[in-house]
Amino acid sequence: MRVPLSWLREHVELPADVTGRDLAARLIAAGLEVETVESAGHDLTGPLVVGRVLEIEELTGFKKPIRYCRVDVGNAEPQQIICGARNFAEGDRVVVALPGSELPGGFKIGARKTYGRMSEGMICSVAELGIGDDHSGILVLPGEPEIGADAIELLGARDDVLDIAVTPDRGYALSIRGVAREAAIAYGVPFHDPAEVKPPEETETSHPASIADPTACDRFVLREIRGFDPSAQTPMWMRVRLHRAGMRPVSLAVDVTNYLMLELGQPLHAFDRAKLTGEIVVRRARAGEKLETLDHVTRTLDPEDILITDASGPISMAGAMGGLATEIDEESTDIVIEAAHFDPVGIARTVRRHRLHSEASYRFERGVDRELPLRAAYRAAQLLVELGGAEFVPGVTHAEAPAEQTVITIPADHPDRVAGVRYGRDTVVRRLTDIGCTVAGDDELTVTPPSWRPDLVDPNDLAEEVIRLEGYENIPARPPRPVAGQGLTADQRRRRRVGRALAAAGYVEALTFPFTSGKDLDDLQLPADDGRRRTLRVANPMSEDEPLLRTTLLPGLLKALARNAGRGCGDVGLFEMGLVFRPRPDAPAQAPRLAVDRGPAPEEIASVNAALPDQPLRVAVVLAGEREPAGWWGQGRPASWADAIEAARTVARETGAELTVAADRHAPWHPGRCAALYVGDTLVGHAGELHPRVIAAYGLPPRTSAMELELSRLAPPAPVRAPHVSTYPPATQDVAVVVDAARPAAEVEAALREGAGELLESIRLFDVYTGEQIGEGRKSLAFTLRFRAPDRTLTAEEAGAARDAAVAAAAERTGAVLRSG
Amino acid sequence: MSASNQSYDPVEVSILKPDEVDRMRAQALQAIAAAANLEELKRARLDHMADRSPLALANREIGALPPAARADAGKRVGAARKAVAQALQDRQAELEEERDRNALAQEAVDVTLPWDRAPRGARHPVTTMQERMTDVFVSMGFEVAEGPEVDAEWFNFDALNIPLDHPARSMQDTFWIAGQDGPDGSNQSGQSGQSGQSGQSGQSGMVLRTHTSPVQIRALLSRPLPVYVVSAGRTFRSDEFDATHSPVFHQMEGLAVDEGITMADLRGAIEAFVRGMFGEGLRTRFRPSYFPFTEPSAEVDMECFACRGASTDTGGRSCRTCDSAGWIELGGCGMVNPRVLVACGIDPDRYSGWAFGLGVERTLMFRHGVADMHDMVEGDVRFTLPFGMEI
Ligand SMILES: [Zn+2]
Repeated sequence: MRVPLSWLREHVELPADVTGRDLAARLIAAGLEVETVESAGHDLTGPLVVGRVLEIEELTGFKKPIRYCRVDVGNAEPQQIICGARNFAEGDRVVVALPGSELPGGFKIGARKTYGRMSEGMICSVAELGIGDDHSGILVLPGEPEIGADAIELLGARDDVLDIAVTPDRGYALSIRGVAREAAIAYGVPFHDPAEVKPPEETETSHPASIADPTACDRFVLREIRGFDPSAQTPMWMRVRLHRAGMRPVSLAVDVTNYLMLELGQPLHAFDRAKLTGEIVVRRARAGEKLETLDHVTRTLDPEDILITDASGPISMAGAMGGLATEIDEESTDIVIEAAHFDPVGIARTVRRHRLHSEASYRFERGVDRELPLRAAYRAAQLLVELGGAEFVPGVTHAEAPAEQTVITIPADHPDRVAGVRYGRDTVVRRLTDIGCTVAGDDELTVTPPSWRPDLVDPNDLAEEVIRLEGYENIPARPPRPVAGQGLTADQRRRRRVGRALAAAGYVEALTFPFTSGKDLDDLQLPADDGRRRTLRVANPMSEDEPLLRTTLLPGLLKALARNAGRGCGDVGLFEMGLVFRPRPDAPAQAPRLAVDRGPAPEEIASVNAALPDQPLRVAVVLAGEREPAGWWGQGRPASWADAIEAARTVARETGAELTVAADRHAPWHPGRCAALYVGDTLVGHAGELHPRVIAAYGLPPRTSAMELELSRLAPPAPVRAPHVSTYPPATQDVAVVVDAARPAAEVEAALREGAGELLESIRLFDVYTGEQIGEGRKSLAFTLRFRAPDRTLTAEEAGAARDAAVAAAAERTGAVLRSG
Repeated sequence: MSASNQSYDPVEVSILKPDEVDRMRAQALQAIAAAANLEELKRARLDHMADRSPLALANREIGALPPAARADAGKRVGAARKAVAQALQDRQAELEEERDRNALAQEAVDVTLPWDRAPRGARHPVTTMQERMTDVFVSMGFEVAEGPEVDAEWFNFDALNIPLDHPARSMQDTFWIAGQDGPDGSNQSGQSGQSGQSGQSGQSGMVLRTHTSPVQIRALLSRPLPVYVVSAGRTFRSDEFDATHSPVFHQMEGLAVDEGITMADLRGAIEAFVRGMFGEGLRTRFRPSYFPFTEPSAEVDMECFACRGASTDTGGRSCRTCDSAGWIELGGCGMVNPRVLVACGIDPDRYSGWAFGLGVERTLMFRHGVADMHDMVEGDVRFTLPFGMEI
């Protein structure tokens, strides 16, 4: 809502020295969010005067026609002025910027020679004066303002304009009337209500009308004027105000309805009486009905749409936009003015269905004063009579449905208990009265909110009014009382540890958007029946290219990796921890909407949750380039599948879990370089080098590797049991075994470990060798076995026996042969 | 070498003459001083202190002197030998020190050589900022509550007093969930693209949560009263993506529901939060505002921690942190709307509560001077690395 200070001053007796900025500060403190204060025309300096064009001489021989004008500005001699515009005639009154004046934007006017003549000033357009948008021609002043009069004053060219972002609860502030009332309370000065007009007592009715659906509309008022002069012009003061408020002047009849909507907050509609047929009825649409609206769109109506109809059918979308057929035009002389009070939700739905947002619907959705229609319609008629030469037609049509009056009962100290401040009953009553409430009672207050405050329904709504007007700044700060919380949960602590451990291992965290696409799933080479292809679709995605929610963290991370590589950082490791979205095949298609007037039952909550997808927490790592750079110390080391698997171990360690690794084939990994990651029997993720086709699809550096693991599948760590530390010396035995080249080392190690028995303290693979001595298709694995007993020094025989047992187990399970020599 | 001779005339034992002893002493000291290294010093020791050295010989001759002369000569020779021994010891230490110094100097390396072999990592500042913010509340005894990112409309809107068809619902640009896409690429709910969404509600009844507030509802439904929780996490708005807005961002929210909670408690909690995050002595300011889930509602500003309001004085230096406003918009807050309590099955006549929420990215922007939202979502390591492990 854009509010010109001059307009406001008409209705509130603000001290003369109050500026737009002062007022903004007060209104902000009272709860109106003033976003900007615009100083309009303050860089405008005169002399700027009303002139009358005496004579026009057309100059030719230039690229465009030019006029040389003699203009009477009230001096002895007329001014000679060059003008490029053509929308005026001799005798018109115009605004002349005389030499020495300055127009908005620092445009200095002087006497200068141009087009071969001396030009002593400029004839101005509304845009040049900063009071309109129209550049197309100069401003021809309506009426007969005095020649030589100060045009700055006449046009109200200097003003402060407050732009207020009105919150949805304060519909009343979408009007000069509402803001003026707040300003009056803020300064404690008198307020003059622009709606305070007294329509005459009338018995006769105007155009016939009725309300067929009282849930759609509870007040509908029609009033007529006749003999309107369609050529009558909107006066300058009204045009300037409309412009300041952000609306474009159109025609007098339209401008008057807009002007009153801005001033009072009551949207109005004007019908051409000649185009109406029979009684007007407010009702819902019928199936199949159509209406062509003012914007030349033919709309198929929904049975819920609220309509204004006559005998011909629909003639207007109530509260949103009029119909084309009954629109007033440049020949309309008899006008029927509609002022109504519609159901906010009904209007909201109609508007949303037809994407028909308008200044009128915006106000109806936020609540319009139900007591305005009679007064607003009367004022509209008055203005059209006064400015458009129309004839006032006595009589008013007033259809209404009963409306319930809100009454709120609160303990007089309710605001005190909400704020933690002692206001006392008198203050509470005074503040509620300030905003227009009627208050009765002593300890228990019965409060009737004013008609313009439909937002006041609950005790806390009233508390807020008292507290804000008494000043939020007067609420004290009470130091927090300590609360007996349990701190972070084991799972929350674990997540932090995993992040720190991966960062310490050289990975940089990225937080990528969780949006993905079918193309991503294809690029990952996922088979057609892969579970990760079961996705949730966003109805209104950020980009049509990525309408799905991710089922894996990898696409986002891979794109971030490619981005880094593209920016010259190709040696890079990234990680992300985040939710993926895995819809359940058996989920209901729709999450129910439960009641809100009571707490839901556990099974109701369960029914809502059942529709939601599984949202497990995953962690993923991607890496490429050199893991360790070459340097003066020698060779570097490329990032590899092994780093990816080690990253999984880093994660598992933070959860206290021992990870086991098995070869697997799983997209998007390289079929020969892919590890399945297990904790016990639970598959928790995969790691390895990416499939070359995936690397190509994402434009990644060669050999890019990745790991993805579902943290939610890892149980939080159990408390560690302290180990017994033996003080006896260890006995170390090295053993090399030869196995089939395809035999995973982990299996051989597991067999050795099991065969070695309880004396084994640790086992470590220290060499893998293939070569001629070993034989084609074979490999040698060398392990160090370290034995130790808790209670004695082991003898060489004991250690040797344990080693032999280990080798025997490996031989039996993996076909391992002890390597000779 | 002579045997002791009682009749021996001391003046005849020339090497015990005082001049001679002084000369030997001087000669020894000079040789020691001249030793340039431990080898030469060893030779000097042999020459001047060993058994056959002149002073040792002289010492042996003392016995040959008449008793009356022995004491005098003994004292002189003893003093000389002691001085020489001391000089040897000092010089030995000196030369050893020098030898060691030389040896270590030989081993000197260029310590400015780089050793950037291990890759460097870092956590995302949004993550660490979330943790830091929540920790301020955790230190006051709050617990951390969590919830899903795809949530039901009932949790995200209805239970928070944001009814369908109320303008409050359009305050938040919402991503609506259309439905499931099957593994074969088919859309199983028959909805795709923009069909089937009215702008205020999707047919699946699910949304990408527009705020962390649905977590409040889940906390109130699942925890025994009183409830003191904080939640932080990813939120979504179908906004434009520009330097200051991202469709995916993060919020942190605190919630307290207990008996007798007032706005004064809210203000106290926010001041404690500001102290924990930005240090002592910063004022806070409430401005009335509107959120459907709180009533009364307020926007919270804090005094600018960079200029402490000094930049607002005319002539003061301008402040980039607060745009010389002196205040920084911190977030929104208010008293939990009793309607929200009712929807959670809580008696609003007995319990009241406050809620406070703020943007994580926005906080990073003003606290750390992050200029562009894109930097926070692109995953460029050059942006993230300097933030390290904590913030
Ligand atoms: Zn500042």
